[in-house]
Amino acid sequence: MNDSNINLNNLSSGESAVIVAIHSEDALRQRLQALGFRVGKRIELIRKASFSGPLQVRIGTTDILLRKNEASKIAVEKL
Amino acid sequence: MKRVALLGMPNTGKSTLFNRMTGGAARVGNWPGITVELLSGKISLGSDIVEVIDLPGIYDIHGFSEDEQVVRHFLHDNVPDLAIIVLNATQIERQLSLLLQLKQYNLNMVVLLNMADEAKKFGITIDAEKMTASLGIPIFLFSAKYGNGYKEALQAVTKALRYTTPGMAEELRTQIEHDTQIESEIARILQHAVQVPARLPDNLTTQLDHLTLHPWLGLPIFFGIMYLLFQGIFFFGMPLQTSVGELFAWLREAALNPITAGWPSLLRGLLLDGIYNGVATVAAFIPIIVLFFLFMAIVEDTGYLSRAAFLMDALMAKLGLDGRSFVMLLMGFGCNVPALMGTRVMRSRPLRLLSMLVIPFSLCSARLQVFVFIAAALFTPQSAALVVFSLYLFSFAAAILTALIFKRHLPNNEPFVLELPPYRFPTLRQMILRGWHEVYHFIHRASKFIIIGVVLVWLLTHLPTSAVPAGPDTWAGHIGAWLDPVFSPIGITAELTIALIFGFVAKEIVIGSLAVIYGLSGHALSGALALQLDWVQAYSFMLFTLIYTPCLSTIATLRSESKSNGFMLLSLGWSLALAWVVSFIFYQGARALGF
Repeated sequence: MNDSNINLNNLSSGESAVIVAIHSEDALRQRLQALGFRVGKRIELIRKASFSGPLQVRIGTTDILLRKNEASKIAVEKL
Repeated sequence: MKRVALLGMPNTGKSTLFNRMTGGAARVGNWPGITVELLSGKISLGSDIVEVIDLPGIYDIHGFSEDEQVVRHFLHDNVPDLAIIVLNATQIERQLSLLLQLKQYNLNMVVLLNMADEAKKFGITIDAEKMTASLGIPIFLFSAKYGNGYKEALQAVTKALRYTTPGMAEELRTQIEHDTQIESEIARILQHAVQVPARLPDNLTTQLDHLTLHPWLGLPIFFGIMYLLFQGIFFFGMPLQTSVGELFAWLREAALNPITAGWPSLLRGLLLDGIYNGVATVAAFIPIIVLFFLFMAIVEDTGYLSRAAFLMDALMAKLGLDGRSFVMLLMGFGCNVPALMGTRVMRSRPLRLLSMLVIPFSLCSARLQVFVFIAAALFTPQSAALVVFSLYLFSFAAAILTALIFKRHLPNNEPFVLELPPYRFPTLRQMILRGWHEVYHFIHRASKFIIIGVVLVWLLTHLPTSAVPAGPDTWAGHIGAWLDPVFSPIGITAELTIALIFGFVAKEIVIGSLAVIYGLSGHALSGALALQLDWVQAYSFMLFTLIYTPCLSTIATLRSESKSNGFMLLSLGWSLALAWVVSFIFYQGARALGF
């Protein structure tokens, strides 16, 4: 799973990955960066909500909720 | 007067610090360059009186959100003498970026690392002296919640205020450049001063989340908690409300009636029956509002609101809303006013407006009083409960319909990205301060509107003086007759129309106004209503009452929160139109079916 293009949505609960790229417009990128989403950072998928709801992820000491649409813009590499 | 601004990311305890500094004596003020009202308070520091301003929490000084623009404009037009930067010590790794951005603005700064106690539990160690040295800005560890380290921090603030603000060079003020060195700078500062464990220990928050965010149990637990919350508000609030009402009535009997005995009857009626009774009715709701905010503060400050948003987001997304809108919609079943104020947590304006458009359809406690009274008068005890329950369904349906119709015009482009804070229990002091703040603002905002409203309604129902009060010859009676072509197709009589005019001010007055109109009260009034109306008319009246408009306070809040007369009129116009159409379909449909 090293160089294939997967995003945050492809992880399952409990899996960890490293962020390789953030493909989003500036406003969202800034918000994500401020919340700790930076290339090279380790990210863990904690859980997914029922009915295709949002994802709960953990970066460092911060837990963050984001919708699948936003998660699809974050390219990761599984650990 | 010197000016101190509090700056920091959301959820860093900035407002807790603000409350601790000002002791809750805050006022809402307008500032040049920005349209949002900010809280500020005057305190004495050393020998000076200093004004402290609580700026909205921001993630990024160059960001695009409304709050970020507000802060940028504030700093541009009102350079503070000192900026207190509040950072969450548990998230110091990423929060330093905001500090470094602000450092480029060349402000006079003191940094407070809040939640030092929580950071310690996480195993994060921070050497404030080393950080101070490498940053060149004084840094203090403290806890805004418990006050540890607060005295030292305040001394540093007092000392820093003696220096003059370097002032902002024009090129720095307009600089909106991206900062690539910030990351390497963060790494340099953290290197020796801060140690963060690689993985967080499995703590209480993680364990609680297993339960509260459980794929199947999460929602039932959520609804259970909400149910208990409302039960709690009414269990404790209703007796208090009755007592306050009785207190006002006693004050009138004991003091106001004797004092005003010799006054002209028109003036006396206006002051006592108009203003005093109107204001007393609203004031009686203050205990419920206080309780409501105490419970809200607990739900919000514990971090459970973000969990509810996680659970409901998928369903709300289909309505163009998000998880937080749903929480506010539920809160609206207690009272629409605080629920509307609660939408402040939303950053996107279209999303906030859509939520505010939907909330007034929540069947609030005041409307419930009307429905309980009329359902009991017109229906058997068994069907009365069903009637009230059906009105709750109509309330949800009206909200869903409104969201579906308006979501295209209020597209919510803002991504849903929300921090999930660890569970924290607010201190008693925090809860009381919070409740007091909200009540103060409620009274402050609503008072003028309500007094004008009750005076108007009293005059309408008592002039000309020759007419019987609230009778057909008064101005209200004429309006009732004039509006008859509108209301007769939905089965609402002239008497009920006058009650609806009263209900515009507050639903609590509807039953009281019917009592004045019929000159009867209690059981006698129920009997008179049952004789004059059939159940189809009564149900149509209840549907109209549910949908047409919550009350004057809600309309005032819609205006003050949206800062737009147009939006307030849209909300009012839409609910009036929807109320009429729904009642019309029901009334004519039922008649056509032979009822």
